[in-house]
Amino acid sequence: MLITCPYCGPRDVIEFTYQGDANRTRPDPASTDQAAWNVYTYDRVNTLGDHAEYWQHSGGCRSHLKLVRSTLTHAISSTAFVRDHGEKKSASRRKPGAAT
Amino acid sequence: MSPRRANAPGRVDRSRSIRFSFDGKIYTGHPGDTLASALMTNGVTLFGRSFKYHRPRGVMTAGVDEPNALVTLIRGEIREPNLPTTLVEIYEGLEAVSQNRFPSLSFDVGAVNQLGGKLLGAGFYYKTFMGPVIGPLKGTRFWMFCEHFIRRAAGLGRAGTAKDTARYERMNAFCDVLVVGSGPAGLKAAREAAGDGGRVILLEMDSLLGGSARWSGGRIEGAEAAHWVDETVSGLRELPNVRTLTRTTAWGYYDGNTIAATERVADHKRDAAKGEPRQRHWVVRAKKVVLATGAFERPIVFPGNDRPGVMLASAAARYANDFGVLPGERIAVFANNDSAYANAALLRDAGATIVAIVDVRAAISDEARRLASQCGGDLLTGHAVVATEGGKGLTGFKVQKFDAATNSLSGDARVISADLLAVSGGWSPAIHLASQAGAGKAEWDATLQAFLPPKPAQDWTAVGTAAGDFSGGHGLDIAPAPVFEIKAAGKAFVDLQHDVTADDVRLAHREGFISVEHLKRYTTLGMATDQGKTSNVPGLAIMAEALGKPIPEVGTTRFRAPFSPVSIGAIGAERIGDLRPDRLTPMHDWHVEQGAKMYPAGLWHRPAIYGAPGETVEQAYIRETKATRSAAGIVDVSTLGKIMVQGPDAAEFLDRVYTNLFSTLPVNKARYGLMLREDGIAYDDGTTWRLAEHDFLMTTTTANAGKVMQNLEYFLDVYWPELKVTLTSVTDEWAGASIAGPRAREILAACVTGTAVDTETLPFMGIVRGEVAGVPVMICRLSFSGELAYEVYSGAGHGQQVWDALIEAGQPFGMVPYGLEALGTMRIEKGHVTGAEIDGRTTARDLYLDWMLSKKKPFIGAAMMDREGLVDENRIRLVGLVSLDGRPLNGGAHLVEHNDPAALRDSIGHITAVCFSPSLGKYIGLALVKGGKKRHGTRAYVSDPLRGRFGPVEIVSHHMFDPEGKRMHG
Ligand SMILES: [Zn+2]
Repeated sequence: MLITCPYCGPRDVIEFTYQGDANRTRPDPASTDQAAWNVYTYDRVNTLGDHAEYWQHSGGCRSHLKLVRSTLTHAISSTAFVRDHGEKKSASRRKPGAAT
Repeated sequence: MSPRRANAPGRVDRSRSIRFSFDGKIYTGHPGDTLASALMTNGVTLFGRSFKYHRPRGVMTAGVDEPNALVTLIRGEIREPNLPTTLVEIYEGLEAVSQNRFPSLSFDVGAVNQLGGKLLGAGFYYKTFMGPVIGPLKGTRFWMFCEHFIRRAAGLGRAGTAKDTARYERMNAFCDVLVVGSGPAGLKAAREAAGDGGRVILLEMDSLLGGSARWSGGRIEGAEAAHWVDETVSGLRELPNVRTLTRTTAWGYYDGNTIAATERVADHKRDAAKGEPRQRHWVVRAKKVVLATGAFERPIVFPGNDRPGVMLASAAARYANDFGVLPGERIAVFANNDSAYANAALLRDAGATIVAIVDVRAAISDEARRLASQCGGDLLTGHAVVATEGGKGLTGFKVQKFDAATNSLSGDARVISADLLAVSGGWSPAIHLASQAGAGKAEWDATLQAFLPPKPAQDWTAVGTAAGDFSGGHGLDIAPAPVFEIKAAGKAFVDLQHDVTADDVRLAHREGFISVEHLKRYTTLGMATDQGKTSNVPGLAIMAEALGKPIPEVGTTRFRAPFSPVSIGAIGAERIGDLRPDRLTPMHDWHVEQGAKMYPAGLWHRPAIYGAPGETVEQAYIRETKATRSAAGIVDVSTLGKIMVQGPDAAEFLDRVYTNLFSTLPVNKARYGLMLREDGIAYDDGTTWRLAEHDFLMTTTTANAGKVMQNLEYFLDVYWPELKVTLTSVTDEWAGASIAGPRAREILAACVTGTAVDTETLPFMGIVRGEVAGVPVMICRLSFSGELAYEVYSGAGHGQQVWDALIEAGQPFGMVPYGLEALGTMRIEKGHVTGAEIDGRTTARDLYLDWMLSKKKPFIGAAMMDREGLVDENRIRLVGLVSLDGRPLNGGAHLVEHNDPAALRDSIGHITAVCFSPSLGKYIGLALVKGGKKRHGTRAYVSDPLRGRFGPVEIVSHHMFDPEGKRMHG
């Protein structure tokens, strides 16, 4: 499996760490709604098909990426930084050869 | 010389000789020979004994589909079993031995199994290894005794036990088009792709490019086929964007259009060239893949079809024209399709006599008839072979009239004498890789009586015969009559490598096996090292007939990787042995020189003890602890995880991460912090130092350094992108030494310049900067041991210099270096927790760290830590233990309330850490027990039946030594 890091370009999956389901919403930090925290902490949808998930380029630039990966074929249909690095900044940081 | 030589040498260079041995006998071959062709040239027909019945077996194919002629190759101490002689290229000094025979190939004791054939039918292993369930032998050791011999008699070659000394390599490659197979279809595809300017990789299993077009005659694009191959290959070789790899088998098709292949770089050489690996594991990522993998000829199943001298027709023709050896001199052909006629003609042209052509069909094409008359010999249409004769080689066979429509025999058997029977039962496209990357099932083609590639699930196309397009061959219609088996008396083999007969398949059906998957497992059909390349379709056809269903309804199994056997060494490549890096602190060599016993702590190596000669581990850590508590001790703490947390929002970030407040921490002060997981369980602890308004140095436990860093990055990227914080791992940037003990301050005062170290300047948890031996250092007064203690940090490159100065300064005060054992002893005495207690199950409250849970702000885990189950007073919680019988305690042992060593029940908790406490003069420990504090002052029993330990303990507060902390605050 190849993951195209917006900063580093296409890299082998061994450079990345799976960081979990990207479909969940973290409750407001001050919230004491146990049910909401419970859903966030434990409930996962076992998706068949396209699945949004976080991957960290731990063996590279260490950015967290949000991917949409098919659980059937491993085909990745979307890759983006989780954190907005700013349009201008990320463009100037991009290495030659990195996919757009 | 050998009478078996064909007219032309083919690829074999007869001007040079190679000596090799087979079963200890020396033979001569030539460059270009495989072991099969070289032995055949020497008149050898018997290559091995079969798996179950120990029947004599010869060569059946000329390639990767070979089920029979397997050998073990020996290189010094190394033995590699189950190699098809059809793939082994000979080299000077090659040493091969046959398999599955005892004591020798031509006289085999196990061949007696042939007489007891009924006992060894389908499911033999499943049935017999159950052992007798009734009768006099039930439950006796007799059966185990028998099993020993059965197991020894079964099986193929024996693997060696010596370590594989060969070197393997891994290569990653990328291309626009990957072409698998270099027959005409593959060469055309590569040429076309190269013309488009893309990067092309062409893989070929054989040592030469061109496939059968190199020797099978015919014309391609108006040129003679062999000539066309030469031209096309040299054209491709001139192109800079084409890479051709020979002796390279593509065996796996993976996600992302990734193909795994093994290149046999030096297997065909006696000695690998300098720097050359034995094999190279290729991982090729291609935008497009072209599967030009060709097709396999199928045998026909008939009694005696396993006798040496029964060979696939295309293989026989290839030996004669590609390797220059006639596999027989008086050759007969047995076929259900026209392709065999072309191969008969090729055999005749190479110098063999064609004695007969037997065809199950009553009517054949005019072209086939023309080729048959060209070949001479009898043409017996509407006939079938019903038996073979001979011993270690074929002498003749019997034919009878055959009606293909009804699959019935009639008339008298007639004997034809021949030394080779060339068989063709039709062709199966090599859809293995296509099937691995297919969207559905392989599609049955009724005309070809074969499976075609399924629809692609990845970006590939199949071309040529792999796609069922046989138009490029001799112009013959290869569509066979749907005849897979000739039913007559005698064993007729479907899977020759696993000795599965047609009757075995039918027996499995009678015993209730309906699914093709179950059938395969029960009979072991297609499950040998050849993965059923010759047996798959015939086996399915026989199963279909037994079930009374058409073949496509019985279904085929999806092919899995690998296509052919792959050495584990190649996949492992350079990644052998211990792959973990060793992390060594700047003072590592010093520890080793001082006789420290090093202990692995994650990837780090840390001193466990600095043992004096004759000292036990316990004596050493007691000595080190006593010296530290009475004078001073120094320990290397460079391994602690260190993360710089910087930026205007750094304090806010730490407030969210830690359970306690850090925004209130003054500059140049440190604070002990605790982190929880999202679910409210304790995660990691350590001190964090505020070096400046926006600069914090966080320390983590040695073990969790990487995980904590990753977790912090996750929160910053995913949940708190608005925070202006930068995280940098600086674990390796700093060397750390901790000096502890009542004399610690005096020692520092003796060697630190540029700052005072008195209580005013450097209070508890204070930070100062100064110099030691001219090296800038940062000193923080904090304590894990419970003593007055200081951590001295310097740049890692100067770690040893600072350490040496500290050691020298400590000398007059009686300071000793101490290791992990003494460190552990002092923290157990103090009741400080580590990973043994923060074990992923305990909460802050379980560890009596509630005081660290701020109520002023939310933090990670704040909401979840208050769940009902996590605040229960009766959870297992931290306590101290004192051994009451004067014997050591064991980590991991359970604690019980009852004084009964035999009653293994009612655990109230377990021990997490143990030591001998020099301060208390007793064996002590830390434990997690139900109710925790409520049990202080009560008695319990340590119960450790596995290690034979049972005895009384007293449960006490975990603050066992200096509970008021006078020493460290002093
Ligand atoms: Zn990256």
